[in-house]
Amino acid sequence: MMIHELTIKNFDDIVLKNEQPVLVDFWASWCAPCRRVAPILEDLAFDVDGMAVIGKINVDEEIELANRYQVMSIPTLMVFKNGEISEVLVGVQSKETLKLALDL
Amino acid sequence: MSKVIIVGYGPAGISAAIYLKRAGLDPLVIGKDYGTLSKYPKLLIENYYGFDKPISGNELIENGLKQAEYLGVDLVHDAVLSIDEDVAGGFVVVTQENTYKTEVVLLATGRDRVSVKIKNYQKFLGKGISLCAKCDGFFYRGKRLAVVGAGVFMKQELDYLNHLSDDIFVFTNGKPLEVSVPNKVVLDPIVSFNGVNKVESISTGENNYDIDGIFIAVGLPSTTNFASKLGIITEKNDVVVDSTYQTNIPGLFAAGDVIGGPLQIAKAVYDGMQAAAEIHKFLKKK
Repeated sequence: MMIHELTIKNFDDIVLKNEQPVLVDFWASWCAPCRRVAPILEDLAFDVDGMAVIGKINVDEEIELANRYQVMSIPTLMVFKNGEISEVLVGVQSKETLKLALDL
Repeated sequence: MSKVIIVGYGPAGISAAIYLKRAGLDPLVIGKDYGTLSKYPKLLIENYYGFDKPISGNELIENGLKQAEYLGVDLVHDAVLSIDEDVAGGFVVVTQENTYKTEVVLLATGRDRVSVKIKNYQKFLGKGISLCAKCDGFFYRGKRLAVVGAGVFMKQELDYLNHLSDDIFVFTNGKPLEVSVPNKVVLDPIVSFNGVNKVESISTGENNYDIDGIFIAVGLPSTTNFASKLGIITEKNDVVVDSTYQTNIPGLFAAGDVIGGPLQIAKAVYDGMQAAAEIHKFLKKK
């Protein structure tokens, strides 16, 4: 139930080629509300262990990924299913909202 | 330094202040207006306990303020511009007149009444339209931007964004400009925000302005603004609290209409009392 550190190198394998739904958190260290997402994801990771995958992308370091997915506000939480975006949530979300987005 | 700052002096805020004061704490209450209760001055309240004749919203609020003053509660008539977490713990509350440090904040701000009624606003929220310069400015470095607003709140957002781009328009959306800014200013009302997948332009009817990003800072900052900047969880415009009236941010509480439920004075007063008890417990544990 780890939270994956996603990069341009591992993104395809962990996110796009995954059979499980993947929740991706776009964040940055200077973003105050982003710090509020981390404890929610840690909690969620336990709840959905074995059923979904959670990863985070530091937009300062992974500019290419942030641009590719047109992230214009952080935190942005994106759900991928079978390699495609199924939901985009902007701003801090409750654990329950995130579970619903993962269909869990 | 006050241990508790209550934002809003309606029924929830004043009720919390009274209970906290009586519990031996010295809350500071900051309020800017009479909120929903003053919205219809001719409307009389008949469903609240203890008044033999109907009472107006303004009168009820004024009675509440007098009651708090009588008990020695510190009241300030001022508008909160920002609430931030302090690196040393607690919060920094900046108002038009002052800066305060506090351990606990209680949001008793009522329903969020600042709504933007411009075509496609909801559609592009998060897709080129932002409510927080500090959160999202990063993505718009060097881009052509617009800040919508006419007063101190707009100026606050603009000052920050001016470091990130030198091509920023101010749109007052038909309002007179209340502050001086070095930027280009458009005074015409906005008719619509336009684009396909994200915002591409602002139309005032007569003119069309190509824009990469829009920052909304109309009027004074609202609970929505505080929430997005702090990372408070909201659901359908309501601030989400747990059974102790605390938000997902430790030390940040909310009560009254701002947390949803029945939009009733009786409920707001109850919320205020409960929140005061929980804040008291929270501070005792520290």
